[in-house]
Amino acid sequence: MSIYKDAKYMDVPYEEKLKLFQEVKDDMRYGQNLYGCYECGICVAACPSARFYDFSPRVFAQIMAREDVDTFYELLNDNVWDCSQCYSCTCCPRQNSPGGIVLMMRDAAVRAGLQSAKDALRAYSRIIYKIMSTGTQVTPDMLQPDFFPDWGTDVKEVAENLDVWRRAIPPETLHTTELAWDVSEKTRLELYMIWKLTGNLELIENLDEGIFMILEEVMEEMLDEHGYDIDDFENILEE
Amino acid sequence: MEQAPAVHTKSKTPMREFVRKGKPPTEDYREKLFELEAKGELEVHRVPDPIMEVGTKYGRTKKIPLEHTWHHKSCGQCGHIPGYSTSIFWLHRQFGLDYYDPKDQSSCTGWNYYASSTSNAAAQAAVAARNFAQAKLDGYYPLIHCGTSFGHYKETREEIIHHPELRDQVRRIMDRLKMPFVFPEEIVHYSEWVHAMRHRIAERQVLNFSDITVTVHPACHYHKLVVEDAIYDRELYDGQRTAIVTGLVEALGAKAADYSTWHDCCGFGFRHILVSRDFSRSFATIRKIERMKEEADPDVTITHDTGCVTTLDKSQFAVQAHGRNVGIPVMADSQFAALSMGAHPYNVCQLHWHGVDSKPLLEKMGIDHAKAWREFEAIAERIESGELDFMTWEDADA
Repeated sequence: MSIYKDAKYMDVPYEEKLKLFQEVKDDMRYGQNLYGCYECGICVAACPSARFYDFSPRVFAQIMAREDVDTFYELLNDNVWDCSQCYSCTCCPRQNSPGGIVLMMRDAAVRAGLQSAKDALRAYSRIIYKIMSTGTQVTPDMLQPDFFPDWGTDVKEVAENLDVWRRAIPPETLHTTELAWDVSEKTRLELYMIWKLTGNLELIENLDEGIFMILEEVMEEMLDEHGYDIDDFENILEE
Repeated sequence: MEQAPAVHTKSKTPMREFVRKGKPPTEDYREKLFELEAKGELEVHRVPDPIMEVGTKYGRTKKIPLEHTWHHKSCGQCGHIPGYSTSIFWLHRQFGLDYYDPKDQSSCTGWNYYASSTSNAAAQAAVAARNFAQAKLDGYYPLIHCGTSFGHYKETREEIIHHPELRDQVRRIMDRLKMPFVFPEEIVHYSEWVHAMRHRIAERQVLNFSDITVTVHPACHYHKLVVEDAIYDRELYDGQRTAIVTGLVEALGAKAADYSTWHDCCGFGFRHILVSRDFSRSFATIRKIERMKEEADPDVTITHDTGCVTTLDKSQFAVQAHGRNVGIPVMADSQFAALSMGAHPYNVCQLHWHGVDSKPLLEKMGIDHAKAWREFEAIAERIESGELDFMTWEDADA
């Protein structure tokens, strides 16, 4: 039972929260991310997200150290996606990494397929698809004025001249519009094998079934072209 | 003309100069890697000669390869600010240094780690190991362009050193890929190469930068994420901040002006820059650009990572509608160094991909930007007409 009167998510069974809390504590990175907390607030002073959101890196360290499972679950749903992942909080005199704690919590949220994680990443599917299917993510064809209207009129100019301007760059690997650079088929194939062998696609399925299905299709086609059967690549982490 | 602010890298309090004594507080990752190699667990890719030695945060020496480098490119640099990586290559070519720009390279996929958590430790470590193995097979040493890839690979190194089960998983994956399990002796960021080369760059400088005032933004994932690899130098900021970028700025004779929020991040935030950009824009302009304007009034801000250039640059457009005090061109150290050596501002540095108007800066540097733009447009027209397939390095320097 939470010690706070205004605690949220009290309808969620404690065991469900505890399971996720324990997953974070069992993460192999946990020991390098939390050593205790002086409650000095240096991490908050350094944190960009603390200036613009109701977000405090100190609370993450304290809640984990105090094993406050109810508040952990609240942070997991309401705050964890506000972190900028800049690691300014590593200035902690106790050598904590609140950003690292956030990352472990996000991992647990995605693995569990929490609705809050799906909501936070809804507009993000295109990036996930780009990374996993092409091996690069921030690609030239993303520079569209309707996606970046606040980046100025030059975005429109770039979009209108994209093909010519990409070829007006001396390194041959950069004459691409759909990829950040020209990634070989061999490399993409090897990445697909890595996604399969590490169960990475299962995480995507938890988050966005549509993207998962498209990715599976793209990967299956290329693996098949090269004489591989997609089902031959078992998840080695489950062995 | 009003004097630019004083350079703040000289000690104001020499009596309080801090000199580290005793052992560094962290283990030496190289010793650990060599121990693993001796046990036959992985192969360590040695830094090839010629090298330059630099000091790091806890006093250890780091080897920087000067050539025979495998350029691990950055998605954001190549995708949205291509003059960044082009300038890195251009600098290598100017010095006749051997390098390789591979197609058998993937992103570090760190976006699926820091932004969306849609990956796991084994996948991330395997992606790193695959790139490192490919570099070894190609006969070149990895030089990491992206600050996040640099930081992420350092984190991966920690995990690989300390977790035998992860090493076992990576080894099995590499076996399936029919590639060796290789890890580099040093993880080297390209800006460390620029830093190591700064005096040679200065020797080849053709433009006078003595009237140019610069603010430096050190990238978070360079000096905050696994801190011990970052370059520190007692001659710069008394060794109390990373010397990266500032070392180059000073070597080129420009004025490195201080500002109070130098330690703050740029506001990039990974997912924020794409789907919560109001945060990125607010932080970049209010905490960084406006502070720089008020406290240093620089001609340009120089940084050394992908997201920092993008966020600090692109965030300045929309806030003009609110009368904010912005208008500082932003570029990478590689572009600044290339310009100093006479690189073409559009053919090589590709400044037309940046948002803030850099023409006043170019004029102050003594560059005829109108002529340069006409030259770029002439090549672009030949490409559009089908006369040229693409711009060659020879075209770029013509």
